[in-house]
Amino acid sequence: MFHRESGVFKTTYSADMALYPLPIAKWTVVVLAAIFVVIIPLAVHEYYLSILNLIFIAIVGALGLNILVGYTGQISIGHGAFMSVGAYTAANLAVRLGLPFWITLPAGGLMAALIGVIVGMPSLRIKGLYLAIATLAGQLIIEWTINHVPAISGGAQASIEVGRPSLFGVSFNTQGHLYFFLLFFAVLAIVATLNLVRSRVGRAFVAVRDQDIAAEIIGINIYRYKLLAFAISSFYAGVCGVLYTYYFGIANYEQFQLIVSIDYLAMIIIGGLGSVLGSIFGAIFVTLLPIAIRIFMEDVGSLFFTQAEMANVISGLRLGVFGGLIIFFLIVEPEGLNRLWRNIRSYFRVWPFSY
Amino acid sequence: MSEDLEFAFALVLSGASIGLMYSLIALGFVLVYKATDAINFAQGEFVMLAGMIVVSVLGFAGVPLVVAIIVVLAAMIGFGFGLERVVLRPLLGRPVVAVIMATIGIAAMLRGLGPITLGIETRALPLPIGDEPIVIGPASLPPIQVLGAVVAVVFFVAFSWFFKKSRMGVAMRAVADNQQVAQAMGINVERYFAIAWAMAGIVSAMGGIVWGSMLGVDVQLALVGLKVFPVVILGGLDSIGGALVGGLIIGVVESLAAGYLDPYVGGGTKDFAPYVLMILVLMVRPYGIFGRRQIERV
Repeated sequence: MFHRESGVFKTTYSADMALYPLPIAKWTVVVLAAIFVVIIPLAVHEYYLSILNLIFIAIVGALGLNILVGYTGQISIGHGAFMSVGAYTAANLAVRLGLPFWITLPAGGLMAALIGVIVGMPSLRIKGLYLAIATLAGQLIIEWTINHVPAISGGAQASIEVGRPSLFGVSFNTQGHLYFFLLFFAVLAIVATLNLVRSRVGRAFVAVRDQDIAAEIIGINIYRYKLLAFAISSFYAGVCGVLYTYYFGIANYEQFQLIVSIDYLAMIIIGGLGSVLGSIFGAIFVTLLPIAIRIFMEDVGSLFFTQAEMANVISGLRLGVFGGLIIFFLIVEPEGLNRLWRNIRSYFRVWPFSY
Repeated sequence: MSEDLEFAFALVLSGASIGLMYSLIALGFVLVYKATDAINFAQGEFVMLAGMIVVSVLGFAGVPLVVAIIVVLAAMIGFGFGLERVVLRPLLGRPVVAVIMATIGIAAMLRGLGPITLGIETRALPLPIGDEPIVIGPASLPPIQVLGAVVAVVFFVAFSWFFKKSRMGVAMRAVADNQQVAQAMGINVERYFAIAWAMAGIVSAMGGIVWGSMLGVDVQLALVGLKVFPVVILGGLDSIGGALVGGLIIGVVESLAAGYLDPYVGGGTKDFAPYVLMILVLMVRPYGIFGRRQIERV
């Protein structure tokens, strides 16, 4: 946020690694908490709450993918499938055994982590493009398996309906209730990731990304850390899938197809690879973009297209704009929105003087 | 021949002809990878774009097929050049992952904007080759598969000659082998990068015509591109012969899996078996059958 570092002299490593780098950051967090916990739920209409809810879910998934791609430098085109693993695990546990969400949620995450480690196994032997292709195969095989094994997919149309989560007899039925439910997990994911990346494990991830041979020489077991990155990342993806399932009330493999993997890649590229704030920006941007396109097309597009064509046009335009933005950010601003934010912040840090 | 053998023969023959059509598309991928070390995740979308251009041109009354083919070849060559210039060249020297994601971005763009501008609905791409199945021994093939296989083989012969004998092809091999040395010998490396993408465009144009004619042209045509990966991994990413052999193997495996396993698992093994095979190859021999043994392991 807009605070100045003047007069803050760090003298120990632990001070440098602290979760709050500056004293004022605590107050920023308090203000943000007040806005999100008190003001927004009271002041905002249900429809906007539902958009915020989608953003919260996307934040969890984007953080997970960013740990793998942004911090560890391994690519995955299979995150949509990991989400579906989490979603179906939770849906089966919730419907067949009647388990509550605080069991199904970690169970879905752990199952996704297990599958993620198996799909990530080739990363021990291969990297770069081979890994991309291997995870693509993982995505397609998992999609196919869920679609063709009724024991997992619940038979008809490969979808399982799930009730809303409840805690202490309170059911999270409305968007307002779900808001708090999802906010909790989004904040949990953010704090967990912030803590992860400043820990030994997070720094090992970055070392593997920057120069894997050097990392091995300074004593980082890269096999272990690559698999750990896949496990943590898919755990997030699994949790994200479970949250989608509870949010929509249904687990359906069509929600988690290849295109979802690309959406999440778009999020972290647009937001900023290797940055927590970037994942949040990306999740917000990519969730809002289709809504903006829909509103725009409903006003302007009706001049050119009939009502029947509109649905196809909107989904096509959404995909096209995503693709264009991925390319644009890769070429022009590889560090994404996070970099733009940092530029703005460092401008104001010394404002009104130029330096 | 017993009935079982005849069934197997028919499956292998049909699989081989489809496989050759896969290798036609895989060829575009290999050409780009060989020359520029870039991985084209948008190969299937190239094919879709070419198919859409052909049917759109044919849509104007009275345009003969030959004109449509010329138009699509010109369009795809221009597209290849343009893409290299606008997207790939700025990414030179960046990590592999950046190039992969850029081509994924291209794929998303083409898949999104292609149908909007060139037509959403599924359209047929009629070729003047009739519908009579061509009978070979106990099996019979639809003529489009035979045509596709023939086109694929012709392209392989042409490209093999190109790389072995022509000046341009030799220069391209030099670029593929070592960019710095090639540049020192006076080869304009960036120009050959652009030519490689344009050649991928030519191959995709032919792929778009034969695949579009077989499946019909709409956005689903791009899914053919997903089969490229098993083919090239199996054959070796930088081997033209590998694309041919890989395509044949994947086609036959797919066809046999569909013929023998589908009755037990309720269909769909066709879309499953190639990827399982691919994972096995990645685990055991990631550089494929004919690929250069130059894989960095960490």
